[in-house]
Amino acid sequence: MEQDVFHHVAPFTGFTFPNETEVPWSELIVIYPYITGLVAGAFVVSSLHHVFGMERFAPISKFALLTSLCFMFFAPTPLLFHLGQPTRALNAVLTPHWTSAMAAFGYVAAFYIFLLLLETWFSFRADIVALSKSRTGIMQQVYKVLTLGSDDVSQRALDTDHTIARRLAMIGIPGACGLHGYVGFLFGSLKTREWWSSDLMPIIFLLSAIGSGVGLLIVIYVITSWWRKKPTDQGAMQGLLYVLWSGVVIVMVIEALEMVQMIYKAREGVEGVFALIEGPIHVGMAIQWGGSLLALVITSIMMLSTPKGKTLVFWLFVSGLSMMIGVLAMRWNVVIGGQQLSKTMEGLLTFHPEVWGRESLVTVSALFTAPFVVLYLAQKLLPTVWEGEALEPEDRVFDIHKAI
Amino acid sequence: MTTQDTKIEKEAGDLSRRDFLGLLGKGAACAGALVGAGSALASAGGGAHPLGGVGPAFQQEDEQYAEARKNPPKIPNYNWTEHKWAFGVDTNRCIGCLRCVEACKMENSVQMDRNHTRTWVERYTYLEGSDNALVDSIHDIKNVVPGTKETRFKFDNRYKDAKVTKSFFVPKLCNQCEKPSCVQVCPTGATYKTPDGPVLIDTKYCIGCQYCVQACPYGARSLNLVRGTAEKCNWCYHRITKGLNPACVEVCPTGTRIFGDRMDPESPISQFIRNNRVNTLQPAMGNHPNVFYAGIDKEVF
Repeated sequence: MEQDVFHHVAPFTGFTFPNETEVPWSELIVIYPYITGLVAGAFVVSSLHHVFGMERFAPISKFALLTSLCFMFFAPTPLLFHLGQPTRALNAVLTPHWTSAMAAFGYVAAFYIFLLLLETWFSFRADIVALSKSRTGIMQQVYKVLTLGSDDVSQRALDTDHTIARRLAMIGIPGACGLHGYVGFLFGSLKTREWWSSDLMPIIFLLSAIGSGVGLLIVIYVITSWWRKKPTDQGAMQGLLYVLWSGVVIVMVIEALEMVQMIYKAREGVEGVFALIEGPIHVGMAIQWGGSLLALVITSIMMLSTPKGKTLVFWLFVSGLSMMIGVLAMRWNVVIGGQQLSKTMEGLLTFHPEVWGRESLVTVSALFTAPFVVLYLAQKLLPTVWEGEALEPEDRVFDIHKAI
Repeated sequence: MTTQDTKIEKEAGDLSRRDFLGLLGKGAACAGALVGAGSALASAGGGAHPLGGVGPAFQQEDEQYAEARKNPPKIPNYNWTEHKWAFGVDTNRCIGCLRCVEACKMENSVQMDRNHTRTWVERYTYLEGSDNALVDSIHDIKNVVPGTKETRFKFDNRYKDAKVTKSFFVPKLCNQCEKPSCVQVCPTGATYKTPDGPVLIDTKYCIGCQYCVQACPYGARSLNLVRGTAEKCNWCYHRITKGLNPACVEVCPTGTRIFGDRMDPESPISQFIRNNRVNTLQPAMGNHPNVFYAGIDKEVF
């Protein structure tokens, strides 16, 4: 039995270059575009209300914004864990080498986090001011600090908040699309890998991002509503169904077009692509297409039969979850699959993810759980995220008096 | 004595006697290091290394590495605008002895295992009745000399019972491209193209994102797990700037590997390119490699 010196060295069949046997980008780089995709998708949903004034999304638009922010905090973390020299990460920001797509990452991410923070603050400012007056003890001080000294809640001030938040959201839409289209560009612009080198890659990444982001919102909204024993908003659920259906349809068409183009052009290496699909990533491809197809079928039936109440909630939840899983599989198939097909196009590698260690499934799980934890804390800090619902005393977990 | 050697001597003539002796001394030290490493290799075994493979007996000590970085050697009278280095590979001559691979690993403290290398040799074999070549190289465990902890390599005799119609070896290394895609994608500028040809890596500045590893069409780059930075062949830049040949060229017993200055029309590389019909690897990539091959087949990628 062959014994590898490095446990993460990939076994290979056919011919690969020797250096390829250590797969450069691991499961951390799978989760990175996945998280940024969720950010972009959630942000788009929040903007449907903030920018386009679609009232049906009003009950979840603040929540969608907060979700986007909490996930954005963790978008750069997989990259940090992946770097060979994480302490030098800022080199790319201090001396960016502008011919590199990656050089822009620090700026794009920082800009986007800043924009999300600003928009969140303007969206929640009136609520924060109210909380700073109603709460007591340490939490009152916390809220006072969060108001940044601006406690004017006159109608004029609130209108200004709204206008600024809307303008920020307007900047945020191209920002979110840029952020994720950019991630697609990182892969699509590499001419070395047949599986990545596609002009459609940024579009596929962006559209699947929106699909998965909507899926995430549906899943969290349904679970939290169930947890809080509150009914989900019928109008919002209908709206999410429309967005998800549109997302799934467009993603599947574009992904199918890309595959057909690759196969039809049949450039050198297309046999390698077939071997890749039939071999190392066949399970991933089945999950990707199966998940998307399931979401497509369910949402299509719902579009036709317009169910209400629990039927809508249950099946929308199922399609949202299957879309999330399908897109996660798609990220895996792109990132890992691309590296499993050798640059020689004459060999295949088998990638075995590590379970423990810096670049491992445990790290990925921790980094993917963190945004949910932060989101839980954030919605405790800003209970008005559920717009229109009355504040309840049980929500005051941060209250020092309660803690004592 | 090659033209390059003559030129170096001419350059050295401009130095003071003391400087010249110093230069010779440094050259001798390099040669000594190579011989020393070679003798160490002969007694293969070595201590266990945390990463597996072989330990300090074969790799430059971290202290040495730190010292070399702290006090980089001064290279007198070297002007990188006066040279244009290039590399030639005459595959008709290669016998697949893999001395080049081992010499490179010793000279450049490359990780001692079959999965990280700055240079390698591919064996292409056509069996009777097949149009497709079977290709293998040093990362195939069967081509590692047993018991040497992946420090020594030897192509195994796997085709002894098969009918082979054609077989040849192709040494590979970094192509030091004119338009290097690794440099294009480096987010920090830690890897850069020098005016004299080679693409270098500033290991003090590299963040280890491995985007360059992905971008290289030739598989020439890897990640040095000890340093956490990118790693690749630089044609032994520390040697060529002192007028020496790269280690792989130095040890090649058949003259397969040819190195020299294209600004000198009489250098070995200029003659090689002039006297052969040469090719580069994957020209469609648009990278314009500076390693020129004679005698490669269509299957060579």
